[in-house]
Amino acid sequence: MSKIIELKNIVLSYEGDRILDDVSLSIENGQFVTFLGPSGCGKTTTLRIIGGFLTPDSGDVFFDGKRINDLPPHKREVNTVFQRYALFPHLNVFDNVAFGLKIQKLPKDEIRQRVLEMLEIVDLKGFDKRRVNRLSGGQQQRVAIARALVNRPKVLLLDEPLGALDLKLRKDMQIELMNIQRKTGVTFIYVTHDQEEALTMSDMVLVMKDGVIQQYATPEDIYNEPKNAFVADFIGESNIFDAVMEEDYRVTFCGKTMVCEDGGFGKKRPVDVVIRPEDIDLAEPGADTALVGEVRSIIFKGVHYEMTIHCGGLDWMVHSTDAWPVGAKVGLNFGPHDIHVMKRLFEGSENVLEGEVTAEDTVSFLGCEFERENLGLEPGTKVRLTVSPKDIEVVSSDHADMVVFLESLIYKGDYNELIVYNYEKGKSLLLHSYLDQQVATDIGIKFKFDRIGIEEVTGVD
Amino acid sequence: MTKAAPVRRKRKNTAILTSVPYLAWMILFTLVPLAMVIWFAFTTVGGEFTFDNFMGVAKYGKVFFKSIYLSFIATAVCLLIGFPVGYLMSRMSEAGQRTMNMLIMLPMWMSFLLRTYAWMTLLEREGLINRFFGIFGIGPFDMINTQGAVVLGMVYNYLPFMIMPLHSIMIKIDRSIIEAAQDLGANGWNVLLKVLLPLSVPGIVTGVTMVFVPSVSTFIISRMLGGGTNLLIGDLIEQQFLGSVYNPNVGSAMSLILMVMVLLIMGVINHFDDGDMEGMLI
Repeated sequence: MSKIIELKNIVLSYEGDRILDDVSLSIENGQFVTFLGPSGCGKTTTLRIIGGFLTPDSGDVFFDGKRINDLPPHKREVNTVFQRYALFPHLNVFDNVAFGLKIQKLPKDEIRQRVLEMLEIVDLKGFDKRRVNRLSGGQQQRVAIARALVNRPKVLLLDEPLGALDLKLRKDMQIELMNIQRKTGVTFIYVTHDQEEALTMSDMVLVMKDGVIQQYATPEDIYNEPKNAFVADFIGESNIFDAVMEEDYRVTFCGKTMVCEDGGFGKKRPVDVVIRPEDIDLAEPGADTALVGEVRSIIFKGVHYEMTIHCGGLDWMVHSTDAWPVGAKVGLNFGPHDIHVMKRLFEGSENVLEGEVTAEDTVSFLGCEFERENLGLEPGTKVRLTVSPKDIEVVSSDHADMVVFLESLIYKGDYNELIVYNYEKGKSLLLHSYLDQQVATDIGIKFKFDRIGIEEVTGVD
Repeated sequence: MTKAAPVRRKRKNTAILTSVPYLAWMILFTLVPLAMVIWFAFTTVGGEFTFDNFMGVAKYGKVFFKSIYLSFIATAVCLLIGFPVGYLMSRMSEAGQRTMNMLIMLPMWMSFLLRTYAWMTLLEREGLINRFFGIFGIGPFDMINTQGAVVLGMVYNYLPFMIMPLHSIMIKIDRSIIEAAQDLGANGWNVLLKVLLPLSVPGIVTGVTMVFVPSVSTFIISRMLGGGTNLLIGDLIEQQFLGSVYNPNVGSAMSLILMVMVLLIMGVINHFDDGDMEGMLI
C-alpha cells in the first residue's frame, strides 16, 4: 500500500496558543483512519489542514507524494463531509450532489448517471427532487456524504459527521459508513471524540491531546497497549496506578512486586500501570490469589456488574458477570499480560522550579512571591525550588496564588493526578488532589509555601 | 362545551381590542387618504367623474421614464457597493460588525435635508471638491444640477438601506457552506455565483425595494442636486399640490400611476424571492 497523505512536523498557532505541536503522520491509501481526542485537542484542525482550509505555520503536507501546502481547497483531490452537513439550502438533493460535477463541467447525462448511482449507494434512491430542508438529520447526512463521494475523491474527510444524530441512528450510520468505505475503497479520515465509534469503525486510530499525537495504532493496539495513562484513560475504562519499575519485567504497585511483560524503562523508575477492569478475575481469597480486597460498591450495568474493590489502599474498578456482595473479601487475579506498564505523563515525581531571591527573605517564582524567615541569601540569588505534588492545593480562582490551565486529570485509585500549565512561563506542574475538576479549563492553585524546598543554584551552566 | 364558549369569545374580543389603536391609525392615515387620492384622481374640480386627469399625465411620460431610469441606476450602484460591503461585514468579528453598523448608521443621525444640503455645497462650482481640484489646476467641473448628482444623492442617502438587509441575511450563511463549495471545486467566482448570490436573494430583494421605492418618489434630492432641469415624478406631484400649478386632481392621478408602477415592479422583484428557502440557513 502507498502513502496517500503525509504530514511532516506540522506546527500551527492561533493567537499565541499552539494548536498543533509538531504533528507528523502518514496515512495509507484505502484505510479508514480516525482522529480521536477530547474537544480542543487539534483533531479538527489537522483535518482542516488536509482539506486546505488552514495553512500550517511550518511543516509540510504531502498528497500522493506531492507537497500541497499552497494548494487551495478547490484544487485538492479531497472532499469533506462537514460537521453540520453544510448542504446548500437553495438546491434540491440532486443539485446538491451534482454541485461538484457541474463545476467540473461534465456532460449532463454523465452527471445524471453518477448522481443517481451515488444516491443509490447512500440509500436515497427516489429522493433526488426533494428539498434538503425537508429531510431528516440522517438523510441530510447521507446527502452530504453522497455530495462528497460523487466527485470520486482519493480521500474523504469526515468532521464528526454523526455528532448531531441520536444514538440509534448513529449506530446504523456507523455500519453504513463502513460499508460505503469498503464499497468505494476511498481513504476515509474520520474525526470524532467518541472512543467507541473510533474503535468500531477504524483500521487505524490516531489519539491526540493538546495538539500532540499520543498514539497512532490499530484499534486493538490502542485498547490493549495504550502508550500512556492519557490514552488508557480516554479509551475505555481502566485502573491507572502509580508504580515503580524495579527492573525489566518486574513492577511494584499496590504494595506488591509482580511479573509483567514490559521492559526497557530502566531500573527503579516511576511508571504508570494500567489494568483493564474486565481483565481482572474475582475469586474466593486463597493462597494463589495475587491480591485480596473488599467490595465497596456494586452497580448492575446490563452485560456485567461494575464493582469498586478496595485493595492495598487503592480503589480498583472490576467488571465481572458474577456479583459479589458489598463488604465481601475477594481475591483479585490477573496475569502478567494484563499489566500494561507506561511512561509517566509528567517527568519526575516532584516539581522542580527556578526562582530568585527578590528581597531579604523573599523568593519569587512563576510570577508569585513568598517569604521565608532566616533565608540568609542575598537578593538576586538564583534558587532551585522543589515542590511536592501534595503541597499544591486546588482552590477557587479568587483565592489562588496562580491561575493555571488544567491539562489532564487522571484518577490513580486514591487521588487525582493533575497536570496544570502556567501560561506566563509556559511551565507544567504536577499536583495531587482529592477533588474532581473539569479538564481543559482554568483552575486556581495555592502553594504550601512553608514546605517548598529551597536550594541555592551555584555555578553557571 | 357551552361553558367554554364564552371564555373563547372573550379572548377574541380582547385580541380585537388590542389591535384597535393600530387599526384606527391605519384607517385614518392610510386607507382614508388612499380613498381620497383615488376619488380626486377620477373627478374634476367640480366633483364630476372623469378620465381627463390621467390624460393630463401623458405629457409627463418622459419624467416618469427618467425617474425610473435614475432610480434604477441608483439601486444598481447601491447593490454593487452594498453586496461586497455586506459580505465583508458578515465575516467580521462581532465587535467589527457592531462598529461597521455604527459607521453606516452614523450619517442617519443627521437630518436628511441637512445631509443633502451638504452635498450641494460640496458639488457647487465654487464648492469644496472643485476647489480641491483647482489646487492641481484641473476643473472646475459642472457637478451640481446634473443627473449624476441626483443619482449620487440617492446612493448616498439610501445605501444603508441596501447594506443592512444584505448584511442581516449574509450573517446567516454559515462559513461551512462556503467552505463546502470550495471543497467541491468551486473557485471564488463560482462560490459567488452559485452559492453566495442565490443565498442572498431575500436580502437583495429587501434592499432593492428599500432603495428603489424612496428613490423613485423622491423630490428633495432632485430639487436640491438636480436643479430645475432634472425634475422627477416626486417634483411633479409636489408641484400639483403645493406649487404654482396647483391641481390636486392631476396630482392624485400621478400618485396613483406611480403607486401602480411601483407595485408592479415590486411584484416582479419579489417573484425572485423563493419563500421555501426561509428558515433553512443555519
